[in-house]
Amino acid sequence: MRKVLKYVIYDVFRSKMLIGYTLLLFAMCSGMYYLGSGDSKTTVSLLHIVLLVVPLISIIFGTIHYYNSREFIELLMAQPIRRRRILLGEYFGITFSLSVALLIGLGVPIALWDFSESSLILLLVGVLLTFIFTALAFLASVRSADKARGIGSALLLWFYFSVIYDALVLWLLSSFSDYPLEKPVLILTAFNPIDLGRVMVLLKLDTSALMGYTGALYLDFFGSGAGILYSLALLLVWLILPLIFSVKIFAKKDM
Amino acid sequence: MIRIEKLNKAFGKLKVLNDVNLEFQKGRVISLIGPNGSGKTTLIKSILGLTIPDSGDILLNGKSILKDFHYRNSVGYMPQIGRYPEHMKIHQVFEMMKDLRSTQTLLDEEIIGEFGLNSLLEKRMGTLSGGTRQKVSASLAFLFNPLLLILDEPTAGLDPVATEHLKNKILKKKNEGALILITSHNMSEVEELADRVVFLVDGTIRFNLSVEEIKNDSGETRLGKALAKRLEGGVYA
Repeated sequence: MRKVLKYVIYDVFRSKMLIGYTLLLFAMCSGMYYLGSGDSKTTVSLLHIVLLVVPLISIIFGTIHYYNSREFIELLMAQPIRRRRILLGEYFGITFSLSVALLIGLGVPIALWDFSESSLILLLVGVLLTFIFTALAFLASVRSADKARGIGSALLLWFYFSVIYDALVLWLLSSFSDYPLEKPVLILTAFNPIDLGRVMVLLKLDTSALMGYTGALYLDFFGSGAGILYSLALLLVWLILPLIFSVKIFAKKDM
Repeated sequence: MIRIEKLNKAFGKLKVLNDVNLEFQKGRVISLIGPNGSGKTTLIKSILGLTIPDSGDILLNGKSILKDFHYRNSVGYMPQIGRYPEHMKIHQVFEMMKDLRSTQTLLDEEIIGEFGLNSLLEKRMGTLSGGTRQKVSASLAFLFNPLLLILDEPTAGLDPVATEHLKNKILKKKNEGALILITSHNMSEVEELADRVVFLVDGTIRFNLSVEEIKNDSGETRLGKALAKRLEGGVYA
């Protein structure tokens, strides 16, 4: 795997998209710190950017890279290399490169302006979302031989987790507003990695007190060490499951 | 050396390989022929492990290759259209393959010199012509001294000089004891190189005969004519 990884990283680091992504993150984050008041409000703004941009770029970059490397993957498959190692080499090559871009684009401004616990958790959530959405991108890619369909279903996944899911939860909340909903909402959060990441960061900030009764319940649960571990564990499940499915499908795939 | 047993493969409803049984010994050149879409490439890809058959088995020296990958250490493959990372230089592609295979076997770089690639080593893959790319593919197929060589339309796109070098190399490897599988539509080439001809139509083997048998049966001296006679009113028409 390490050898495949080396050539994937060599390939990805030459791409203009990766450099563009780093610069975009860096410009947006330093802009926020420069213009903002520099307190937790800035971190909340950064959080919104990270939750929107990181999954989107990871899922697009992951699928496009996979389809563009199909011939290279086929070349590797005809060599004495285990298929699993080829796919994992590709996966970790991309996640490593995207994480480096994130650590520079987001990490450097944080280190310069706001080196705090909540910012570091934001960085961790960003890296985890990179790994999760690249795994989802790979799952969509290995399932479909057609490039347009693969990219389409990957984008649909992103749209679902970023937009549709929240709309559904809101609809649920308003329809059943007469009932106590704290527990169901807590459970629903587990089914969306973006929500999990959001909750993890928000609860480290003072503003979580503004989230009302539900917020207090969240704080009670997620704010504790056990809550953080619980959401971390769930995010890891979100990472590992799609990756395992991708490897399984890839092992039986016809090129 | 290689035995293919009751190999079946379907893509959706389309049956691409239909109970294919074949056995070849080492030191032979086998030519796979058949119309487009007859299953030649699928058969080759099954041997390479790129396509996973639905049922049946492929044995290389008595060992099933279906769940293995080590066997590819002794396989050289030249694809119909070789594609490599565009930004890599020719010598980087060679070095990468050596690095990825990490074999201790002696390298065979003879044909790289014969193709004149040594003066092009600094060129990027993306800037190469189709023929030069074919030369790189062929060089990679021979590089690791394989026991089994699989060449998919090897001379399509090569200039006459390179074609001669390639043919000589194929015969040389055959005399060294390698088994060589070639797909081709060029009958004079088949006649020049092949010991046996396997004719595939719609995933079924129509015949598997030596070149002499085909010629004797038809009474023709040229393989192309002999084959044409054999297939008269048949599948190519």
